[in-house]
Amino acid sequence: MNIFVCIKQVPNTTEVKWDLEKGTLIREGVESIVNPFDLYAVEEGLKIKEKIGGDTKVIAITMGPPQAKEALRDVIAMGADEGILVSDRAFAGADTLATSYSLYKAIEKMGDIGIILAGKQAIDGDTGQVGPGIASWFGYPQITYVKKIVEIKDNKMVAERLTDYGYDIVESELPVVLTVVKEINEPRLPSLRGKMKAKKFEPTVFTANDINADENRIGLQGSPTQVKKVFSPPKKEGGEKFEGEAEELSEILFGKLKELKIV
Amino acid sequence: MNYFLTEEEQMVREIARKIAEEKIIPVRQKYDEEGKFPHDIVEVMAQSDLFRVFIPEEYDGMGLSTLAMLLAVEELSYGCAGMALAYAGTALGITPVILFGSEEQKKKYLPKIANGSLAAFGLTESEAGSDAGNIKTRAEKDGDYYIINGTKQFITNGGVADIYVIIALTDPSRGTRGATAFILEKGMEGFEFGKKEDKMGIRASITSELVFRDLKVHKSQILGREGGGFLMTMKTFDRTRLGVAAQALGIAQAALDAAVSYAKKRHQFGKPVASFEGLQYIMADMAIKVESARALTYMAARNVDAGEKVADITAMAKAYASDVAMQVTTDAVQVFGGYGYMKEYPVEKMMRDAKITQIYEGTNQIMRNIIASQIIKRIK
Repeated sequence: MNIFVCIKQVPNTTEVKWDLEKGTLIREGVESIVNPFDLYAVEEGLKIKEKIGGDTKVIAITMGPPQAKEALRDVIAMGADEGILVSDRAFAGADTLATSYSLYKAIEKMGDIGIILAGKQAIDGDTGQVGPGIASWFGYPQITYVKKIVEIKDNKMVAERLTDYGYDIVESELPVVLTVVKEINEPRLPSLRGKMKAKKFEPTVFTANDINADENRIGLQGSPTQVKKVFSPPKKEGGEKFEGEAEELSEILFGKLKELKIV
Repeated sequence: MNYFLTEEEQMVREIARKIAEEKIIPVRQKYDEEGKFPHDIVEVMAQSDLFRVFIPEEYDGMGLSTLAMLLAVEELSYGCAGMALAYAGTALGITPVILFGSEEQKKKYLPKIANGSLAAFGLTESEAGSDAGNIKTRAEKDGDYYIINGTKQFITNGGVADIYVIIALTDPSRGTRGATAFILEKGMEGFEFGKKEDKMGIRASITSELVFRDLKVHKSQILGREGGGFLMTMKTFDRTRLGVAAQALGIAQAALDAAVSYAKKRHQFGKPVASFEGLQYIMADMAIKVESARALTYMAARNVDAGEKVADITAMAKAYASDVAMQVTTDAVQVFGGYGYMKEYPVEKMMRDAKITQIYEGTNQIMRNIIASQIIKRIK
């Protein structure tokens, strides 16, 4: 059985710089890292493999430009068995729909699918749509925001999924797509043997042709969402501050509301 | 300074540094306060393959250079010298098996260490510290077995290690030539752990007594030959004391970094204190000492791997690096001023941790004995 872990290379900064005209990220001069949420997915994949053993393989997969292989190297160093780079100029400009389609086709080509894991979202785009998108293309069940895998047995699994109010316990058949939250585990550090393997590692590269992608479903053409405009939200102004007793303050507040013709 | 490390050595350093930064530093104060052994951190070291560094490839290890092992010790010690000692103490404990073990013994014990079991070395006794020849632990022959009685003191990893190499007298009439090394396993009948010491520094490390009461071991547990225990111990120390040098280096570098970064942030008289010449000279001297200790230690490690005679150069590295660690950590506390004396800041712990490096695996006075005897012999 193969466990696929979808990862994304993202810029290592909370202060993302944008090219305002093109509406894209400026990546030059910014260190790239593996999306932190995806590391939890990798760790969980490795844990599942350690538990069920046999000929289970953990296969990391990413779509991106050639340099995205560095992200694959990082997770090979953690212990992933293989790395697939879905890379082709034809994929450029993909939104979450086109990205999930391309990843779906690549995973389908690899086959023997047991579990597909992803982080709950990427720290650059923050959409959280690619994982669920992949499940939809396959027609597989999905469990999002997984905080614990309770058990995997006889082609079935039980997971706890985080909600705003607590957690749901969800049972699903395999294959299944899971997106994970940081509560699920603590990602391991790279090992020495992993790092040595990663040093020599070259990913299997899939082009659009390799995965028999429908050209209308990939890249810009397969992307119904287009970024119209990118802007930083205006900084919050200081506003006015009043101090005093409750009665006094309600008086002032009422006056203000009246002044603004709200009451 | 560039030490032209190999690719593997650089990787070891990166991994150990990451463990120090991400896993050790956030929790070191708590472990120091509580004097708790960091089982979880040891697990991270094992999972990262650090124990494989000094185990030969044929026994599940990676057989890297002596320097690779020292880099791991140095970087882990940068985070916490006490936690690093679980690792360095294991390297010390298993080195005699690597150097002198039979094929059978190596096959039995080395893969365990490679996969994260700890080891310990037991020589010191209450009346035998620097005067190691004065040990009293007896191993009396009984057919194919030996009956061991006695108590070892101040044993690093005592109780948490699974594998122990201890020195006992098989023939007291022959003095040091009557000392023999035995490999013991935790859990053997008659092998117990006594007093756990409450220490000034390296408090995340365990230091215990090993107590032998009619401990019966088969002769196959003898390491090397009967009567060879003392010589093996000296040959082991000739290399492993570089581990103490590396530990001292890690502490010293951490103290230097902490002092400089504090001096840049701390303002007095309207300026960062780093702008005052008085402190600049202290910091510059700290840097000179740390870098020269490092150069000496790394070169000594290369000499070990090249098969050179190293008794005196490893003694120089150990004595110098540990003296430097003591000086530099004391200076770091001075740079921090009153804050440096407080437990809220990390440098007082470094100062406490540094002290032991001048004492164990041969005091620095013993180191100077070794160095003096070599130069007196060599220089006409």
